[in-house]
This record gives sequence, structure tokens and C-alpha cells, in this order.
Amino acid sequence: MKIRNYWNLRDFGANLWENAGRPVRVAIVLISIVLVGLLPFTGGSFLATPIASFDAVLVYPVGMFVLMSLGLNIVVGKSGMLDLGYVAFFAIGAYTMAILGTTTKLNTWEVMPIGIALSMIAGVLLGIPTLRLRGDYLAIVTLGFGEIVRLVLLNSSWSKGPNGIANVPMPPNIGPLKFELENQKVFFWVVMAMILLTIWMIRRLTVRRPGRAWEAIRQDEDAAELMGVPTLKYKIWSFTLGAAVGGAAGVLYASKNLYIAPEMFTLNVSILILACVVFGGIGNIWGVVIGATILGYLPDRIRFISDARLLVFGLVLVIVMNFRPDGLLPRKKREKAIVKKEANA
Amino acid sequence: MVYGVLRMINFANSEIFMWGTFGTIITSRDIFGYTQTSAPATGPKLALVLISQLLMSMAVAGLTAVFVEYVAYRRLRAKGTNRLATLISAIGISIVLSELMRLLTDSRPVGSPRVLEKIILGEVWGANLRLDTIITIFAAAGIYFLLERFVKLSRMGKAIRAVSMNEDAAKLMGVNLNRVITTTFLVGGLATGAAAFFYITVFEYTKFNIGFTMGMAAFTAAVLGGIGNIRGAFYGGLFLGLLEVYASAVLGTQWKAVTVFIVLVLVLLFKPNGLFGEAVQTTRA
Repeated sequence: MKIRNYWNLRDFGANLWENAGRPVRVAIVLISIVLVGLLPFTGGSFLATPIASFDAVLVYPVGMFVLMSLGLNIVVGKSGMLDLGYVAFFAIGAYTMAILGTTTKLNTWEVMPIGIALSMIAGVLLGIPTLRLRGDYLAIVTLGFGEIVRLVLLNSSWSKGPNGIANVPMPPNIGPLKFELENQKVFFWVVMAMILLTIWMIRRLTVRRPGRAWEAIRQDEDAAELMGVPTLKYKIWSFTLGAAVGGAAGVLYASKNLYIAPEMFTLNVSILILACVVFGGIGNIWGVVIGATILGYLPDRIRFISDARLLVFGLVLVIVMNFRPDGLLPRKKREKAIVKKEANA
Repeated sequence: MVYGVLRMINFANSEIFMWGTFGTIITSRDIFGYTQTSAPATGPKLALVLISQLLMSMAVAGLTAVFVEYVAYRRLRAKGTNRLATLISAIGISIVLSELMRLLTDSRPVGSPRVLEKIILGEVWGANLRLDTIITIFAAAGIYFLLERFVKLSRMGKAIRAVSMNEDAAKLMGVNLNRVITTTFLVGGLATGAAAFFYITVFEYTKFNIGFTMGMAAFTAAVLGGIGNIRGAFYGGLFLGLLEVYASAVLGTQWKAVTVFIVLVLVLLFKPNGLFGEAVQTTRA
């Protein structure tokens, strides 16, 4: 196998990481967290967005896209199943927050577990019949599921139909940190914390049994099944975990946006998230983070793209798949390391 | 339908259909200069307009299909990448097609001038027999017949079936894989284009997103009947149409799509082969 050393940030980062001792690693992590945490203060520079305020753009779309892409990446990237109805879980989370937030006294943090649980239940319910299917069937069934959730929300009276639900409460303040519409820095930090939590969860899972099972399923499902991996069980798990992240993102989105309507949860959102995952590099956490950041941010920075946003994203899918199927940051390192180890042995 | 043969759902098919409907309208509106208010054509002029509409629609759809194959599938097939990549690429191209049309038409629906007058021929059990619907039904049967003939009897049809059974073996037997697959796409596109023409004659209206709804219905019909089975798709479509009508009557129109989806999941759960079909479950990674 030809090893390319140029144009491969992933390997550069991974080498740096591998050669560093524990204190250096802790330092790298802390410095990057602080740097990213300071991002909302850079709004005055060339990064500023012409229409929405920079803080708001950092929360939605950028932060939300990163979070959802990470969730979808568990399904598409880790275990190789194409889920086109990811927006359904986002919608379920958002509506849980909106309904419970307007009818009961529960605040955002108390609704969060309920929203996650409901999305996970939906994930299991959808997963059990459909995950036996092959890739393309699964894609269409999940796509249908996403549309159905939207249609049910649109036509039911408990979800207030096409009018949507307004006056969703904001999260309560955490000590001195206040949640305000004009100043969304705190929201950004909350999203960031959720992203870090998700990354941590994925990294822990990846090196353990579920991660290995997903990898096996992705490479060859039949072989995995023959080796005694309970494939259906792990596929449902990966689906459900992805759903949980989507639900969490939905809860936060509803309480940030204060208003939600079924039209926010169309198929387009699923496609956008998929484009983020594919663009950055399927299966690679950092690739996904970078891909989602770029694709979330650029349409707000450059007016032209935001008009034809979907067109550009569709093109991204085709071009990336054809010319750079691994995305911006490919996940070659680990596979390469395995090859190297085998060569040395 | 033909895509069942390639063991691959063509996501872009519904968009190809949508482009075909626009091809039909452009022919009657821009080339022959019909407007919404002008009188329906008669006699030989009618035949001329209808046939050129049909040909135009088939040409547009066929070319789009070949274009899709060329852009989204060929390179990936040559590379031998996994199914996931092909799938994502197909979704990408279908979004590009529909968004392009959305930008071109400003998201507005486009009406078609009425070329064929809707003459009511007679009544059977209280239902009106309209000229356009009857033509459509007969034409659908005709297309079905032609497709089955083509796949069963022609040399190309034989090659297509061979590729569908085993690509590598077919290649070893001297089948030109790329040409066969392009032809399959072309034939599928032509059939889709014909369908688009009849759709326009009956409904006289199109929009950039009709492809999506149609695609979902077509897929459900194919699964109901059993994928890769032309006869199954035919009966599946029939059954689905009846189901939709009953669902709208009993539950209300807005629940139509929901009912169809639930039926789809139930079929997949209990009879994944469809009502007439072969196994769809087998993983081909």
C-alpha cells in the first residue's frame, strides 16, 4: 500500500499525539478547549457573518451541526449504515422540550434526559424491523421515517400542527452565566460541553467491544456474524446512540430557538448533516468536527452559498465521494498502523 | 423497475422523472406555443404534438439517466468502492438535480397547457372513463409488455440479466460491463420519461419536488411486489394505489403517506421478500 505523507493532517496530528507524554496531552487538550471556548469573542474580526450575529451562528448552525454530525457518524461512519432520517430524532428531542417546557414546570436540564430517552425509544422501535435490511433499503426506510415524523407533527393537534410551538422556555441560568437571546455565548459553551461529552463517549466506545463490533459490521457484516458478533444487537445500539445525540441536540435547539415548527425538520436537514459527515471524513471524529464546522459556517459567511445551500451540499456529496471518498481527514492512521504492525511481526 | 435488475436502487430516478415532466411541458408550451387558455389540439396536429412530447420527455429523461450514471456511478464502480459510497454519491446527484430545477423555476409549480381534451367516454359503475386515463392505462400495460420482452428476449436483455446475476462472471464471459449498465440506465430513463409524459397529460402540473413523493410511492410499490420483479412491481403499484385511496377515505388525506409507510415497514418485517419477490435481505457488502 502506498503511504502518502503529503496533505494528510490526520497523520500529523496523530503522530504528535502518540509521541507526546501525558502532561503534554493534557496541555494540548486544555489549550484547545480554551481556544475554542474563546471563539465567540472573535466576532469582530474577518470571521464575522454579515446577517446573523456571530455568536448565534456559532451555536446554530455550527455547533448544532457538529453535535448532530457526531451522532450521525456513529451510525454512518462507525457501523456503515446509511440513515437518511436522522432529523426525526432531532425533531423528537425538540418537540419533547417544547411540549414539556410549555405545559409543565420542568426546565431544559430536566427535560434533556426525557428527550434523549424518547429519541432512543424511537430509535429502537424503528431499528428492530428495519436494521435487518441492506444499505439502500435501510436508507429509504429511514428517509421515510424522517418524513413521517414530520407529517405526524404537521397534522396532529397536540403538536399544534403547522403553527408550531412558541414560547419554549430558555434554560435556567447557571450561577453567573445567563442565557440571553442577544448574547449566545453561554449557549455556545453548553453546545461545546455536549460535543466534548459526545466525543468522549464515542472514543471510549470505539476502543471497547461495541467499537470493534461496529468496525467488523462495517467491513463485512456476514463475516462479523459468522465470528459470533451479534450484529443486529450492535446495529440497534449504534442506531440508538446516534438517536440519543440527535435528541439531545433537539432539546437544546428548541430551548435556544424559543419556537419550533414542523417545517424546521425536513429531509434537507438530514442531508445537510450527512454532507457534513461525508465532507469531513466518514468515521473520523476530528474530520467530522472540521467538516461540520466548515459546512455550517460558510453559508452564513458567503451570501451566495446560502441561497443555493442544498445544491452546494449535493455537489459536495458527489464530488467528495468520487475524488476523495475518505473526506478531508481520512481515517487511515489506524488501518495503516495495523499494516505496519503486521509487517514488523 | 429496471433498477431491480442492477440490485441497486437508483435514488436519482425520481428526479429523472421530474426532469421528464419538465421536458414534456417545454415541448408543448415553448416549441408548439400552447398556453393555458388555448384550445386543445385536434386531428393530426394532436398526434404530432403528443408524440413529440412523448419523445422529448423520453429523450430528456434518458439523457439525464445516462448523465447520472456517468457522473455518480461510473467512477465509483471502476474504483470498486463499497456500496455506502455509491449510495451517498447517488443521493448527492439527486439533490443536485432537484435543487437545480428549484432554482430554475423559483420553487413555483408549473402548469401544463391542455393539449389532449379530456373527453368523457362513458360511465362504468358510476366512474367516469376519461380518454387520458384510459390511454395511460393502456400505455402502462404496453410499456410493461415491452420491458419484459426486452429483458427476456434481446441480446442486451440477456446481458443485463447476466450482469444482475453475477457481475464478475458476466465480465469473464465477455460482457462489456460499462456498456450494459449504461444501457440499463438509458432504458430505465426512457421508461421513466414515458411515465413522466403520461403523468403530465393526466395531472397537467409539475413542481421541482414531485420526484420525491413519487419516488417514495414507487419504492413502496416495488417492495410490496418484490424487488427485481417487474410483475411484482405492477401488482404492488395496483395494491398501493387502492390502499392510498382507502386510507384517504377512512383516515383523511393527510394520513395517506403515514399509512403507506406503516404498510411498508410491516411488509419488510413479516414478508421481506415482498408479495411476489425474491429475497432482498441478503447482504452484499
